[in-house]
Amino acid sequence: MLTPVLSDNWDADRAWTLPSYERGGGYRGVRKALRMQPDEVVQLVKDSGLRGRGGAGFPTGMKWGFIPQDNPKPKYLVVNADESEPGTCKDIPLMLASPHTLVEGVIISSYAIRANTAFIYVRGEVLHVVRRLQAAVAEAYAAGYLGKNIEGSGYDLDLVVHVGAGAYICGEETALLDSLEGRRGQPRLRPPFPAVAGLYASPTVINNVESIASVPSIVANGAEWFSSMGTERSKGMTLYSISGHVKRPGQFEAPLGITLRQLLDLAGGVREGHQLKFWTPGGSSTPLLTAEHLDVPLDYEAIGKAGSMLGTKALQIFDETTCVVRAVLRWTEFYKHESCGKCTPCREGTWWMVQVLARLERGQGSETDLEQLLDQCDNILGRSFCALGDGATSPITSSIEYFRDEYLDHLRQGGCPFDPAASTLFATVGADA
Amino acid sequence: MTAVASTTSTDGKGVERTDLVSLTIDGIDVSVPKGTLVIRAAEQIGVQIPRFCDHPLLAPVGACRQCLVEIAMPGPDGELKTMMGPPGRVKPQASCTMPVSEGMQVKTQISSPVADKAQHGVMEQLLINHPLDCPVCDKGGECPLQNQAMTNGRGETRFTEVKRTFPKPINISAQVLLDRERCVLCARCTRFSEQIAGDPFIALVERGALQQVGIYEKEPYRSNFAGNVIQICPVGALTSADYRFRARPFDLVSTPSVAEHDSCGSAIRVDHRRGKPVRRLAGNDPEVNEEWITDKDRFALHYAGQSDRLTHPLVRDEETGELRGASWPEAFALAARGLQAAGTAGVLTGGRLTREDAYAYAKFARVCLGTNDIDFRSRPHSAEEAQFLAARVAGRPMDVTFGALEKATAIVLLGLEPEEEAGALFLRLRKASRASKGRPRIFAVAPFTSRGLGKMKATVVRTAPGAEPAAIEALAHDGELALDGGGVILVGERLATVPGALSAVAVLASQTGAKLAWVPRRAGDRGALDAGCLGGVLPGGRPSADAAARVDVGAVWGIDVTDAPWRDTTGMLTSAAAGRLGALVVAGVDLDDLDDPAGARAAVEAAGFVVSLEIRESAVTRRADVVLPVAPPAEKSGSFMTWEGRVRPFPKVLTGSNAIADVRALAGIADELGRPLGFKTPQGAAAELDELGRWDGVRAADPAVPPASSDGQGDTGSTGSTGATADGVGTRHRMRLTTWKTMVGDGPMQDGDPAYHASGPTPTVLLSETALDALGVVVGEPVQLSTDQGSAVFQVGVGDLDDDVVWAPTSSGGVNLGRDLGAGAGSEVTVSRVQAPAMAASPASPASPASTETTGAS
Repeated sequence: MLTPVLSDNWDADRAWTLPSYERGGGYRGVRKALRMQPDEVVQLVKDSGLRGRGGAGFPTGMKWGFIPQDNPKPKYLVVNADESEPGTCKDIPLMLASPHTLVEGVIISSYAIRANTAFIYVRGEVLHVVRRLQAAVAEAYAAGYLGKNIEGSGYDLDLVVHVGAGAYICGEETALLDSLEGRRGQPRLRPPFPAVAGLYASPTVINNVESIASVPSIVANGAEWFSSMGTERSKGMTLYSISGHVKRPGQFEAPLGITLRQLLDLAGGVREGHQLKFWTPGGSSTPLLTAEHLDVPLDYEAIGKAGSMLGTKALQIFDETTCVVRAVLRWTEFYKHESCGKCTPCREGTWWMVQVLARLERGQGSETDLEQLLDQCDNILGRSFCALGDGATSPITSSIEYFRDEYLDHLRQGGCPFDPAASTLFATVGADA
Repeated sequence: MTAVASTTSTDGKGVERTDLVSLTIDGIDVSVPKGTLVIRAAEQIGVQIPRFCDHPLLAPVGACRQCLVEIAMPGPDGELKTMMGPPGRVKPQASCTMPVSEGMQVKTQISSPVADKAQHGVMEQLLINHPLDCPVCDKGGECPLQNQAMTNGRGETRFTEVKRTFPKPINISAQVLLDRERCVLCARCTRFSEQIAGDPFIALVERGALQQVGIYEKEPYRSNFAGNVIQICPVGALTSADYRFRARPFDLVSTPSVAEHDSCGSAIRVDHRRGKPVRRLAGNDPEVNEEWITDKDRFALHYAGQSDRLTHPLVRDEETGELRGASWPEAFALAARGLQAAGTAGVLTGGRLTREDAYAYAKFARVCLGTNDIDFRSRPHSAEEAQFLAARVAGRPMDVTFGALEKATAIVLLGLEPEEEAGALFLRLRKASRASKGRPRIFAVAPFTSRGLGKMKATVVRTAPGAEPAAIEALAHDGELALDGGGVILVGERLATVPGALSAVAVLASQTGAKLAWVPRRAGDRGALDAGCLGGVLPGGRPSADAAARVDVGAVWGIDVTDAPWRDTTGMLTSAAAGRLGALVVAGVDLDDLDDPAGARAAVEAAGFVVSLEIRESAVTRRADVVLPVAPPAEKSGSFMTWEGRVRPFPKVLTGSNAIADVRALAGIADELGRPLGFKTPQGAAAELDELGRWDGVRAADPAVPPASSDGQGDTGSTGSTGATADGVGTRHRMRLTTWKTMVGDGPMQDGDPAYHASGPTPTVLLSETALDALGVVVGEPVQLSTDQGSAVFQVGVGDLDDDVVWAPTSSGGVNLGRDLGAGAGSEVTVSRVQAPAMAASPASPASPASTETTGAS
């Protein structure tokens, strides 16, 4: 059921080093790609059906095809490694365990779009990852995989590891570009789109770590191999990160379209003596789902049909000890803290919703507050400048949809009916609320 | 800019049909030029979409989300598709960022419930953290937030939680205050500073609801245009220290007018209450100043209300020898008697005159005094300049305009520092320099790359004072500049002090075919020239040496116009001092602005009889035999002529004032002299001036003054005493001075506005890096500037000047270089290190008023 490709070498001895990576067949993709024409690489990725693993699922090859090759300005590849979405934990383990997989992907992808400079924008808090990346880049330079005339092909590439300062908004691609240019990270007005005028107003491709890291395996094994995995429109393998109230949390690499029920089995199930209450399919910005969705295939289409989004495939599992109001409030506080402040709906809306939710958690208010909250969300979703505001409404609207009565219980009881200690991971197993 | 055209006006002239895009807005067909934003297309059919961050002169940002509208576009199959997302939801679009496209269907709040709800939602969000302190807010009553909350918001708030608060207010600069909790974070102020004025150190900082407009602790927000951010703030977040809490908008009487502080003729609005102007705002004139004015135009408005305002005529008492109050008839009679008795008289006018007043002086001199001795140049000037003005400027039709600058292929700035001397011109030049295509090449012959020249990306032809003629000559052959008929030459008045410079300018213009405009500093100068306030030039640019021109004017005036030779300002003062000129009529002249202030004072003192027409007490009124109080611009009607040659009429703002215009006072004297002017009002003067029209005959020849030899020329021998380059006290260097007036400075028309003055630059002299090192001083330390006539201490700064050139402000911080050091452009001065260690700590205090022996400041 599992298809370890990206994570295949994670258990190898010193997997993050170049010798270890090469022993496992690493950098074969680079040699193969450099013998192809750049357009052939683009076509290969198009044929594979690889879709962006950062959450939106945009076809990667198509994105590369948008780069105007007649533009005289330099082209850039920027890897979005600013993984900050609550619950999302795939890029950081990947870069920690096998940074060369990403570096190899960067070389092939840059070659495909004819970029001679690439950047990896890493979230600032993960210093251990930054060190592994920097070491890997240094190794790649020393081995001739980066720098001038790579592998005798005549192709030059410089790769810069850039460390962000730790802002969720910088995961938004245009805010990331502003931050990379040394400005405050705030999303840019589009058009122009980054493919036309991105970094330093030059054509730029911005891809998620996992998308780029998937490229070497596609080049090495072919588009057909990749598209044989997954579902009709969601091809290939991907990393699912399971966290929360499960026995064995972690990263599980499987074809797109696997169900949570299958993944839960692999993770040993919900912790002993408890049942699944709700879960997020792709981080806190995706509307939460419940046990009734256990058999929904985890691909872009089916999850969309179920009213949520696949997002980053960050499956956060909450059992019945969890107060949904409390969980949603915590998430909303995160969005309030991370709102960049540029646009009104996100900036002011998150400020307001936190206060309303906090009041509801204390059991103060009335049912009309729920209608008002939903209306506030209605005034943010699709009205904000970027998707951060949209994401902030997801947990609220979905939790009221599935757990309206639990909100009302808070009001009826004048406070939270749950024991917060019972939901902690260190709570005595089987303890009752 | 103006996006014309609803369906009714598309067939009007000037709009090219091929550039039009057709769409529907709320079911109404609209055609607008390609590239028009939806929000402005809607304005064409009278639909006002609410907005905050949008400003027609700033680049779109789409931050406030107030202007959301529903948009559908035809797909490839021609079917209209409403813009959607997230799944299943209509996604209303920001109409301030979206250009129109063919076949687009726009539904605003009027026809789309989705857009209406979205707008209400955003408005509610904007108000949750807004203090709603409208009753005590300056903006209350004229506030876009208040107004649009009423038109596009809900009546009652649903927000019962805790608002974000900040300590209030904080200073953005001395004159701009920020109440952060009122701010809606539209970024208009920060975008203005970046895109229009180019002044850094005001920016958004922090994030989320704590985002705020911030400044930089280590560098001040310094701008000559800062007041504009107050005006474009759509809420009461930015207020002016001067106007804050002074008035309610609905208690003010607003009058459109024209600014009198430079030759740009910027449109302004003067708001007054109980007979006092309380504030000024920028008017909107796309052809002149667009929607921006300088801080001087905005904040320097209290000068006429100072305690030294002259309120009634004064005459010198025969017995006591003191000035005493007099009636108007008595004053007129005594003035006429004195002028008659003096036999000969000259007329000195200054830059505050309107065209109408200037014409009255021009006619008064010829008709009533029978002389050509009249000169409007109350600043360093030359005979070469007079000839240049007669040949190239006076009475010329408007050839170069603000708008033309944006279309020019190349622009040359000579002896002109637009950011300090003509603010609206600077903004237009900067706008031209930032155009996405068709940018003009801007070249400047200047002693160094000033901040203003840097901001318009000018190529600086670095030129030491005195060396301008050679630099100007070389421009004709500059391949990079490639000056031709598509180019524009802008000449400042300061070039008058360099022999040969204006002659070279005339040659350059002839050789290249480039258009030429003369940009004086003062509001009245261009109009005065055309009205005939220069001995060699009769009204309309007619050369007084030309018999046909004299006949022309004589026919209207009913006299034989004199062809007597004439004296310029310096000539008249010299003659008066020597007793060869019996009387002086002086109006609006600050003697400190002249070449030789001490000599000018002595001359006025020595003159047999002095009539002074003035707004406030001055060195001249104190000496005068008859003082006639006249009205400042706000208390009379009239017009200024811009540097372009554009006539800018304005009405009387303070209608309750009884103050009279210069023209009325002159008419009173003329009547007593028995030689009536023929008009008593500005309207009468304007009618006659218009009747005269422009001269279409032969013009005076260009000046042909050779440049001075490379070394010997320059100052008038005021320096040259000590030859020592070093002594025991500190290193001293003899250098050549280059100087101009900064916008915020010591002029009497800037009196009475402390916050405005405090926001100005610290008086600073600039030296090259090498010169700084040689002196052993670092930026920010004090240095002394001295001549044998005096000295002054300034803070020192660095610029890319020649190593033997020093720049200093002409009149700032209490120091007037001409008055206190006897120094002007090209003078030799000594720069030395100041030893007093305590000085370094107080750069904010003005440099010490200059006097001999001052080495330390208080």
